[in-house]
Amino acid sequence: MTTPQNDTVPFPAAAVASAAPRRARPAARHWVLAGVVAVAVVLPFYFHGFVVFQLTQVMIYGLAILGLNLLTGFSGQFSVGHGAFYGLGAYVTAILMQRYGIAYYWTLPAAGGVCFVVGFLFGLPALRLQGLYLALVTFAAAVALPQLLKFHGFEGWTGGVQGIVVDQPDAPAFLPIGADRWLYYFTLAVVLVMFAGAASLVKSRTGRAIMAIRDNPIAAAAMGINAPLYKTLTFGFSALYTGIAGALGALAVQFVAPDSFSLFLSISFLVGLILGGMGSLPGCLFGGLFVLYVPNIAESVSRGLAGAVYGVIMLLVVFAMPSGAAGFTRFAVAYLSRLRNR
Amino acid sequence: MQLLLQQVMAGLANGAIYAGMALAVVMIFLAIDHLNFAQGEMATFSAYVAWQLIAWGTPYWVAFVATVILSFIGGVVIERILFKPLHNASILANLVAFIALFSILNSLDGYLWDYTIKTFPTPFGTKPMFGSVLIDAHEAGMIAVTGLLLGFLYLFFRGTRLGLAMRAAAHNPESARLVGIRVGWMTALGWGIAAAIGAVAGMLIAPVVFLDPNMMFGVLLYGFAGAVLGGLTSPGGAVLGGFAVGIIENLAGTYIPYVGRDLKLTIALVVIVAVLMVRPAGLFGRSAVSRV
Repeated sequence: MTTPQNDTVPFPAAAVASAAPRRARPAARHWVLAGVVAVAVVLPFYFHGFVVFQLTQVMIYGLAILGLNLLTGFSGQFSVGHGAFYGLGAYVTAILMQRYGIAYYWTLPAAGGVCFVVGFLFGLPALRLQGLYLALVTFAAAVALPQLLKFHGFEGWTGGVQGIVVDQPDAPAFLPIGADRWLYYFTLAVVLVMFAGAASLVKSRTGRAIMAIRDNPIAAAAMGINAPLYKTLTFGFSALYTGIAGALGALAVQFVAPDSFSLFLSISFLVGLILGGMGSLPGCLFGGLFVLYVPNIAESVSRGLAGAVYGVIMLLVVFAMPSGAAGFTRFAVAYLSRLRNR
Repeated sequence: MQLLLQQVMAGLANGAIYAGMALAVVMIFLAIDHLNFAQGEMATFSAYVAWQLIAWGTPYWVAFVATVILSFIGGVVIERILFKPLHNASILANLVAFIALFSILNSLDGYLWDYTIKTFPTPFGTKPMFGSVLIDAHEAGMIAVTGLLLGFLYLFFRGTRLGLAMRAAAHNPESARLVGIRVGWMTALGWGIAAAIGAVAGMLIAPVVFLDPNMMFGVLLYGFAGAVLGGLTSPGGAVLGGFAVGIIENLAGTYIPYVGRDLKLTIALVVIVAVLMVRPAGLFGRSAVSRV
């Protein structure tokens, strides 16, 4: 740690270890995963409209945080501007559905595609910048997006300050469930596919190349890894994930407006990522839970001091689990298994 | 030509605000190697303390000095309580702590002093200066104070043993510890100085933008942009960067037709990103050199 810019690897060893999936007991992991999915499938039948909506939002935020995690956790590039990709995805869906009458499920690939291209282009200047300087570029995106959306030249598309109201998609006729639950299951399916994609990406040759660049760029380059290509591609995929989350978010909230996608959203994603655990896939869902529920909890503790309570909870979590929920779980599992082997 | 000059003047006046903030950002960056997201909220809190002192009948300059001293102590206390325990945690854990501090201070401002906008007195008056309506005495005073502060810091860091020890502690903590410098306290001192500079910036900015809990947020964005433009390792660069951001923003708003007015912040950011493409460590920053 001589000069700050030297830190190409600003992550503790724990985060690096998490990147390589634990292969100790795959069976146990699969059972846990199957259990979680089963719970997720039955959950909406025990709750009513608003809670189902909140749970949908948790998954959507989790997906957005997963996108950020691909970039920051696995590729080691900072972004404080992922709210911009989320907003871009949301607007693509809203514009395609409401201005061009395209079915909602077709807008997801479109949102992902647009965000991939924009993210890839963003990755190009990012190649020259590191750490905080890169953070400023992404930060610029987060600040600029609401302004661009309000800009009167684009008002025909974006609806300006007023935004766009999005129709809620109905369940297919053969399913006896309401629109809220249908959207929950639709989101669950998309999120499962996306998480499976991310898991296999991380385990693949490409994933190892990405992590190698994060851990030691010079050694990675010496081994023949095309660092610029992988870094920009990661930027693109990261934006794609967050953009699809944004598209789902537009469907869930049924409304898009410039000020929903402010810097605060980007910062929330970052907080969710860090508290969930850098480089951990399940950690993203913990982050989603935190981002959605903790501000509400803070509000119920004290209305006047809601922000202060939110801050104190954040501090408590970061003091208790400096490497996030994922790091904490790993630590607890290791501790318990040591106790048993003794 | 007249228009250009006036716009540059107005840009300088805005730039002085950004420069003060950028200077505080860089100071804390040099002391602790982190960008402090809560810097603006710390400055706002200091400005509220000063407002309260003045409201209780304290003369302006007494309140000014008292606030600077209180802010210095506050900065040291925050470092000792919140950030010393996170010393070995990752950069990102620190980042969460900064965001938490931001949220706590912002909420506390509103709770203690409510959200109504308050006026803040200026010691310089508001008469027009230099034959232009775009720059008044307060803004000129602000530019002067920023310059004074920069000169003072330069002397402190170049000319005193304590300044040298602080630079050593920030630059190479291990070696500094070996020659007997108490690195932990140097960090705390860095926090104190940054909080004090933030307090000065806050008290000078408050008369212009009016005092409310969110007054610093926009300013902080520009301050960061200025600091990064100038290079995060260079206090002088940060001040220059802050002024540059103010001028670019004003000129873009005036001279770029159609998009200029609505998108001047965006344009300023695009210019900064373009500069970073050519000089990735900012205009005056040390570029990263690492031993392999």
